Amino acid sequence: MQPKLTIGPILFHWSVDQKLDFYKKIADETDIDTVYLGEIICSKRAVFFDQYYEQVADKLKRAGKKVVYSTLAEVLIKRDRNIIQDFCDMSETEEIEVNDASALLHISGKAHRLGPMMNVYNEDTLAHLAAQGAYHASLPCELPRQSIKIMAVHAKKLGVSLEMQVFGRMPLALSARCYHARAHKLTKDGCQFVCEQDPDGMVLKTLDNKEFLAINGIQTLSYSFLNLTNELKQLQNLGVEYFRLSPHTNDMVATANVFNQLLNDTISPREAMFKIRDTGVKEPFANGFYHQKAGNQWVITQNGS
Amino acid sequence: MPLPKHMPKFEKLPALLLKPVPLFLLRPIAQHITTKIGKKHPHLFARLGKHTSTRYLIKPTNIPLVALLIPNQQTPTMQIFKPSQTPAHDAVIEGKFLFLLSMLDGTSDGDALFFNRELTIGGDTEAVVCLRNALDDVEGSVAADIADVFGPAGRTILGFLRRKEAQ
Amino acid sequence: MTIKMKPKANKFTKPELVCPAGTPASMRTAVEAGADAVYCGFQNATNARNFPGLNFTPDEMQKSIIHAHKNDTKILLAINTNPPAGKIQLWKDAVDLGAKFGVDAFIVADMGVASYIAAHHPNIRLHLSVQAAASTPEALNYYCQQFGVKRVVLPRILTIAEIKAIMQQVECEVETFIFGNHGLMVEGRCSLTNYVTGLSTNMDGVCSPASQVKYEQDEDKNLSTILGEYTIDCFDKGENAGYPTICKGRYRTPVRDAGYYAFEEPLSLNVSNLLPELMQIGVSALKIEGRQRSRAYVKKVVSSFRAAVDNIMQGGTADIASLIALTEGHKQTEGAFKSKKWR
Repeated sequence: MQPKLTIGPILFHWSVDQKLDFYKKIADETDIDTVYLGEIICSKRAVFFDQYYEQVADKLKRAGKKVVYSTLAEVLIKRDRNIIQDFCDMSETEEIEVNDASALLHISGKAHRLGPMMNVYNEDTLAHLAAQGAYHASLPCELPRQSIKIMAVHAKKLGVSLEMQVFGRMPLALSARCYHARAHKLTKDGCQFVCEQDPDGMVLKTLDNKEFLAINGIQTLSYSFLNLTNELKQLQNLGVEYFRLSPHTNDMVATANVFNQLLNDTISPREAMFKIRDTGVKEPFANGFYHQKAGNQWVITQNGS
Repeated sequence: MPLPKHMPKFEKLPALLLKPVPLFLLRPIAQHITTKIGKKHPHLFARLGKHTSTRYLIKPTNIPLVALLIPNQQTPTMQIFKPSQTPAHDAVIEGKFLFLLSMLDGTSDGDALFFNRELTIGGDTEAVVCLRNALDDVEGSVAADIADVFGPAGRTILGFLRRKEAQ
Repeated sequence: MTIKMKPKANKFTKPELVCPAGTPASMRTAVEAGADAVYCGFQNATNARNFPGLNFTPDEMQKSIIHAHKNDTKILLAINTNPPAGKIQLWKDAVDLGAKFGVDAFIVADMGVASYIAAHHPNIRLHLSVQAAASTPEALNYYCQQFGVKRVVLPRILTIAEIKAIMQQVECEVETFIFGNHGLMVEGRCSLTNYVTGLSTNMDGVCSPASQVKYEQDEDKNLSTILGEYTIDCFDKGENAGYPTICKGRYRTPVRDAGYYAFEEPLSLNVSNLLPELMQIGVSALKIEGRQRSRAYVKKVVSSFRAAVDNIMQGGTADIASLIALTEGHKQTEGAFKSKKWR
């Protein structure tokens, strides 16, 4: 099968205009196969963009993109639970990616996708979920090559397609507390949406000034950017078919085009690396998880720089 | 944990006890204790795993001596040095004698002592954690084993220390 | 025959006191101190406290279970990590060994492991670990329906009101934490350690592995705690220290340039004051955290809570103020249990 690029859900709290502009460009200017829509981090933010999903989805579909709705990664209060229920109710007509076990209760027996927050680490878990109707799984970003390889063998037998994130900050942790609010001496309930100030996350440095992590509301991400350009070919050979780009404020259209060129073998991984740098990523790249090393590490591979 | 008021007085006791003992006398006693504990609790070494050959420096802060422990299953060794002659080591555990003893004895929680800054750890942290966990699985009292080496006088002093600690 | 009731005794069901054990000695200590059940794990990645020098060999497990059962104490075997593809046999072997030795329940997080137990050992109770990160009635009921889970361990992030609401909607028993490490990261969904060390909390059962922890103390007794390449925290002379876990470190960000606890303070959870309320709402089991702690800790915490639970059953109160000495940074919190203002 021809490998395909996907755009993950926007993890950060972008303004309505920023989101509309982003999806317009993705629709008009990229060869992206699938776009994941939805607020997966904070249900408080969801209200801002709810009314636009239909028009965005429409536009993307008319441009030949597949649209999938991603559900909340952390489900705690009644509002969250209702949102999950609403999304799952759409599963007859729309594709749904679940990111929390709460959604499984509603969607079991119906076709659905498994998001990267779902802790699908092994073939037995995949087999169980496939039996409940999962036909596509985005694997956790910390899964190493050895395990991806085995997952791919079993996924094929189960008729499940696999996806891996290949670009963007790595999702590392979720919390019940909003760390953006905490930094601003606020609480989640009275957060004033301060997370809007950091469209790529709020960088945390160590006390000795080393950049470390990025905060996005209740989520903690890596400071470094995942970049699997060097590993893309190998991932394809293992049997992974979908490659996820996680949206940032760098030039995502250019980023998508670089990855497309890479998938089409029209540029080398080395060239791709430089071009991705040129899209406006100042942060260090990392690929450690794939190589079973610390996730912040940059492992130099045989074919790459 | 605010220190019990009686403690500062009694923690000086071991120093008083040990002071008159010349190093050349103390060394065989320390080795004897170590050999005895090693023989009595062989499962301790399994729990230590790769750290049986780690060189642990034990520094009681209120006694002018340091001890180098190498758990080595066949021949566990405990050597005593003057602080000025501190030997090469992989890990350091530093604290007041009574705290080190009570931790060894399973009556104090090492983590609590560490949170409280009563215990300082240096070098190979994993080795220290591993030793702590291995010793924690030794039932009965290691402190009693040590006291036994000193005969009735040792047992009397230990009993005295414990009573004070319990107050 | 008429049974004379003590006038003030409470009528609710007595909850099970579930206690930690990192070694056989700790296990015996917990049994002696009055644990109703003890949870423990093997010496490998199959459990979430895979720390050096800790946990049980198969032989130790077998003997410990015999000892516990002689004393009417249950043994709950924690097999609560996520096996990465290709290594799941280690987890299945741990399950089979546990079944052979007669464990009273398995505590699991991974759906693959849960389905193996449901298929091969359907007569052994299944408890859902907090590592499964299930915090809603829907998520919890999914596990109950799919795998026959008999008890769920709730995350430390819920208020008593929320726990009560969940209990009314789930199909099984509920267990809650009452004492120990206070974590706000959703357990089972944290890769921070792996990002820094290459060892995964979910797959390897480690959190801030000691092998990559360094303590550096300068001449003025200022203490730095370092994990991998990152300084996690610095403590002034005499300032109480914490574990070098990433989520308990101090960091800088433009709006808090002096450094602050970005995630949480080094606090320990102690809900002893809320114990009567937890028992009143009918929680089935009360869990004490700390398999990595010493048997001195086990003895003190277990016996204190044993007395507290028994007193409350008799209409009395819980008096366990002395436990503060065992808490991290010597600070404690009722955490999420009281209100959700901290979120």
